[in-house]
Amino acid sequence: MMTWQPGRWSPSVWIGATMLVVFVVLGVFGPLIAPYPVGDLALDLDHMFAPRSAAHWLGTDKSGIDTLSQLLWGARKALVLSVTVVSISAVIGVTIGMVAGYARGVVDEVIMRVVDVFLAFPGLLLNIAIVAAVAKPGLPVFIAALCANGWVGYARVARGQVLSLRERDYVLAARALGASTPRILARHIAPNLVAPLLVQMSLSFGAVIAAEASLSFLGLGPQVDHTWGAMLEQGTSFLWKPGFRHYALAAAGAIAWVILAANLLGDGLRDRLDPRQRGRG
Amino acid sequence: MPIGAFIVRRLGLGLLSMLGVSILVFLFLHLIPGDPVDHLAGGEATPEQRAKIERCMGLDGSLPAQFGRFMGHVVDGTLGHQCPDPEGRPTVAAMIADVYPYTVALALTGLGFAIVLALPLGIAAALRRGTWFDTLASIGALSGIAIPNMLLGPVLLLWFFVDLGWLPGPGETGAAALVLPAFAVAVHLMAMLARMTRSSMVEVLGEDYLRTARAKGLAERVVVWKHALRNAIMPVVTVAGLQFGSVLSGSIIIEAVFARPGLGYLLLAAIRERNYPVVQGCVLVIAASYVLVNIAVDVAYGVIDPRVRRA
Repeated sequence: MMTWQPGRWSPSVWIGATMLVVFVVLGVFGPLIAPYPVGDLALDLDHMFAPRSAAHWLGTDKSGIDTLSQLLWGARKALVLSVTVVSISAVIGVTIGMVAGYARGVVDEVIMRVVDVFLAFPGLLLNIAIVAAVAKPGLPVFIAALCANGWVGYARVARGQVLSLRERDYVLAARALGASTPRILARHIAPNLVAPLLVQMSLSFGAVIAAEASLSFLGLGPQVDHTWGAMLEQGTSFLWKPGFRHYALAAAGAIAWVILAANLLGDGLRDRLDPRQRGRG
Repeated sequence: MPIGAFIVRRLGLGLLSMLGVSILVFLFLHLIPGDPVDHLAGGEATPEQRAKIERCMGLDGSLPAQFGRFMGHVVDGTLGHQCPDPEGRPTVAAMIADVYPYTVALALTGLGFAIVLALPLGIAAALRRGTWFDTLASIGALSGIAIPNMLLGPVLLLWFFVDLGWLPGPGETGAAALVLPAFAVAVHLMAMLARMTRSSMVEVLGEDYLRTARAKGLAERVVVWKHALRNAIMPVVTVAGLQFGSVLSGSIIIEAVFARPGLGYLLLAAIRERNYPVVQGCVLVIAASYVLVNIAVDVAYGVIDPRVRRA
């Protein structure tokens, strides 16, 4: 059982949370402080592949667009994408998991077999399969593809928790008093799921960014300009170009920053919630 | 549960998830909008040509009929034909069989690298817990998890192929050409396994039976390498096996970076050409390999540790 324990938060939580806050702040305000515009209108063929300078701190790319501004706009896109995917996955997964755990029996068995099928897919492969099936994948398709396997983790966590919570005395008492099932689930069980789900959400925050980068790299990205994944794709294809290595490194650094933050925070929270799991995975 | 019954049950569950995977793959490619005929036929196809392609692909049937046809191709081992000229071109299964060994070699070498590098690192960190070495190893492991492997691949190429010229570059398939891609595949898993080895070893080192072993005068070397390691390594090996799937999907990216033939390369080419039967076949084969490896790991674990069989 995962429960909050009193005591200090580990440095892992603090560092991870701080890094994540930096990302969120840049995601919200980044486009406002970006020194140059990005997008098709910002095309500047006189300044392609400009080196780092006072005017362009991180140089420009193949279209002459300022790298730093792209990174900041990319932060906005990464933030919107990960928050959307994590929220949708969590709502779907938790609902399904709670139903399975509370109903038990046949319903549980069927749902868990479906979960097994999704687990039988390596995550990235499932994303690729969905994006590849659509002729012109836009952002909604891309989000759906990431949610398609995103919900599974939440469903497993929620089910496991509900299986044990439903036998607690206070739940039995609520049932004896005649509370309806939806009320018990919403008022008595759901609040206890918050802590373990925070861990799952934190870990999957990084996973979404990594998946976006992978798919963009494979040319299956959300077809939106200046995501970090698209930048990394451009950066690696011009990695051979002298003086342009910093472009790929900047994009990779931004991606690694969020993945690192998410892992530090998620691991730290998990250690706090369930000391037995310390350092696993 | 006796071991025989355990294996049968596990195989049965595996078959069930394979059936589910097949249904899922089928549904993706048939329910999602987009017309494969358009792509195969090109812009100026006559209605007759379109009808011919549709008949060849079985798209004129109802959805259940199409699913039956699809399962028929799974059962007869062809995994489908390539339209509009099924006789003149290899079956999907034949195309996959051509490149499958390359991907397996890459995945297994990557898995090997990961285990060989992760175990000593994790053990050393556990034995020197709290020292600078431990901290350094933790930072290294975290970086390994965070670095995107589509950057790692090109950077490795840049160093060891372009700058140093020590190892062969993209497009080669010899044994030496396996080193860089396998390492790129391995890094993420290695970081995970090193962390697991460390925590598992730390846990075991605190167990009572190790105090007993020390108390009866065994050398520290024997205590660590014989008594502790054997128990600490079990969960690590299980996870290594279960992560085979992530190694397989990691290979998709790495094969793209290194232009290596393989399932991932075939899959991506098929996606670009909108060659749905090949996409379907590749996805199915990768998922099936994954399920089979998971079963093998479970069974092996059941043989080693009878407690597992109870569930």
